[in-house]
Amino acid sequence: MARLISIIVGLGFVVVLLYTFAVGAYTAATEKAEVTAEHEFHLTPRDAHLQSAGWTGTFDYQQVQRGYQVYKEVCSACHSLRHVAIRNLGELGYSEAEVKAEASSWMVPGIDPNTGESTLIEGSPTDYFPSPYPNAVAAAAANNNAVPPDLSLITKARHDGGNYVYSLLTGYADPETYTHDGKSLKEEFPDFTTPTGLNFNPYFPNLNLAMAAPLSDGQVTYADGTEASLDQMAKDVAAFLVWTAEPTLQKRHATGFPVVLFLIFASVLAFLAYRNVWRNVKH
Amino acid sequence: MSFPWAKQYEPKLPLMKFLDEKLPLPRFVYNAVGAGYPVPRNLNYFWNFGVLAGFCLVIQIVTGVILAMHYAPNALVAFDSTEHIMRDVNWGWMLRYGHANGASFFFVVVYVHIFRGLFFSSYKAPREMIWLLGVVIFLLMMATAFMGYVLPWGQMSFWGAKVITGLFGAIPLVGEPLQIWLLGGYAPDNAALNRFFSLHFLLPFVILGVVILHIWALHIPGSSNPTGVEVKSESDTVPFHPYYTAKDGFGLGVFLVIYTLFVFFMPNSLGHPDNYIPANPLSTPAHIVPEWYFWPFYAILRAFTQDFLFIPAKLMGVIAMFASILVWFFLPWLDRSPVRSGLYRPVFRKFFYALLVAMAVLFWCGGAPAEEPYVMLSQIAAMYYFAHFLIILPLVSSFETPKPLPGSITEAVLGDKTGGHDAVPLATTNDAPASA
Repeated sequence: MARLISIIVGLGFVVVLLYTFAVGAYTAATEKAEVTAEHEFHLTPRDAHLQSAGWTGTFDYQQVQRGYQVYKEVCSACHSLRHVAIRNLGELGYSEAEVKAEASSWMVPGIDPNTGESTLIEGSPTDYFPSPYPNAVAAAAANNNAVPPDLSLITKARHDGGNYVYSLLTGYADPETYTHDGKSLKEEFPDFTTPTGLNFNPYFPNLNLAMAAPLSDGQVTYADGTEASLDQMAKDVAAFLVWTAEPTLQKRHATGFPVVLFLIFASVLAFLAYRNVWRNVKH
Repeated sequence: MSFPWAKQYEPKLPLMKFLDEKLPLPRFVYNAVGAGYPVPRNLNYFWNFGVLAGFCLVIQIVTGVILAMHYAPNALVAFDSTEHIMRDVNWGWMLRYGHANGASFFFVVVYVHIFRGLFFSSYKAPREMIWLLGVVIFLLMMATAFMGYVLPWGQMSFWGAKVITGLFGAIPLVGEPLQIWLLGGYAPDNAALNRFFSLHFLLPFVILGVVILHIWALHIPGSSNPTGVEVKSESDTVPFHPYYTAKDGFGLGVFLVIYTLFVFFMPNSLGHPDNYIPANPLSTPAHIVPEWYFWPFYAILRAFTQDFLFIPAKLMGVIAMFASILVWFFLPWLDRSPVRSGLYRPVFRKFFYALLVAMAVLFWCGGAPAEEPYVMLSQIAAMYYFAHFLIILPLVSSFETPKPLPGSITEAVLGDKTGGHDAVPLATTNDAPASA
């Protein structure tokens, strides 16, 4: 009886699925799936060859410092960094005095000690990086309705984040003349347009993003004398944003190696103990 | 119950004698996982996964209790408090990555444990209760893992919670009020986050309780084994300690190596990047997917794309998704073959491998976007999944000729046709090996 009910129920599921499958297969066969420009021309990120990549990844602190300079002079005009405190710069190799001096170059929200009113005061190392806009509405209003995302976690919030940031910053192109793998975007998709106020970039999922190309050659003057090419700045800021998203990356890798090596050693010992315990028992 | 030849606990130290009289806890442990529990001598490495699952539960409870000391279950600050754990709490990143990957590894281990049970028919008499309790543990794990994934309050947390609680909305008549009651509102918000946190803290201890029942039920018939032939004599068994404690120690070592490789070197590879974006009710992610361990069941849910007669497609998907796990409760009464082990069932074995393929396809399609060919593939795989458990399994024993079973475990191990008589003296029966 139990088996009879079971077979009936099972046939029920199979019949419903067969019906669904048949309808779906008929639709798939008769209606040609629309091929979109996003599908054909969206690119996966290029490799920025960051030192933080891979299992032995570490931070190139010189580079991360340069990336911080790019963030401060360019990105911070629109993008916040709310999970990072100014004191965290100490981890990049800045001395205590340098961190203090750096903190005082940022104006952060505070309270006027005389009147008690909200105002901007000079930052201290314990402050977090201030947001360029007081709230999301102000951010949207200033940016053609697109809120610039917070950058603290951006390299973890995108697939292959470090390379993505680098590719996006260097990937702006003109949709009229854009070609990839010998295929021209305009020839394949004559109807493709980049709306006014948006910018074409093949590394962005729908190919059109609100941010205009923010970097151009020589935009910052690096303190360490490195030539500030677009490629260099994009790599440096990607390295910086990998650090802001995962400041513990280097410590994590450094901890992981002895832990894994110890566990491999312990497993070998455990295997020998197992063989020894079972040596007289066939199994 | 135990076998009559099980070793008896004999306290030697005065303290242990005292304890044994007042509260025989050492005797309890000795009989449960010590030398007092005789276990078949022929268990293969698939039998390590029960102990590993228990170990995973301990990892999750220990890391989870510490994380709860630093986490704030409030929709305004939950995301920030998670980042606080990652950045400012000493070794917080290790605890959180250990906990998140620990959940994934718990499911890996439990899936192997379940499919070992399916292949060797560990659900058959006299072990039905162990299997039923195991399915209960799995359901509790799914609920716990789902609610835990909501806690960081990222985009996938929010939208996952919305989609999964939305499933209850598909139930006719009571669906919508039920969904609002579960969430404490029309959409996931502070009320939902708070109750999910409370239940996420509570349920692991409920799981622990059911695990104790699961092991208790196991100790009544004793462990099954790869031949499926029951223990007949002392030579069929070895004491759990030191034999299986040693083997489990090695298995645990290998498990920990792989687990720590993920925790320290690719901690985000099993998660979704969108969950590092704070929850935003106004912005729907392009593809809402649950954590990978739910993908087969998510694929079954999404396989139903057409209304059938008077049943809406969504309701059908919800019924099928729940049915795909609930069917496991009935296995002891659906599979009528007198032979337990798949090793001696040539026809069943082929169907079992097909089931593994169907599961792999469902895994793959569940994580893929809801478009062709993934939907059609998941429909075929789901068809096989239900057919396997509800049609094939009840019928296969009537036309299958099982291979001849060995007379006993000892005979299977020694290849000795005389049956039951052990040519090699067991060092274990009286004296422990020198190394122990």
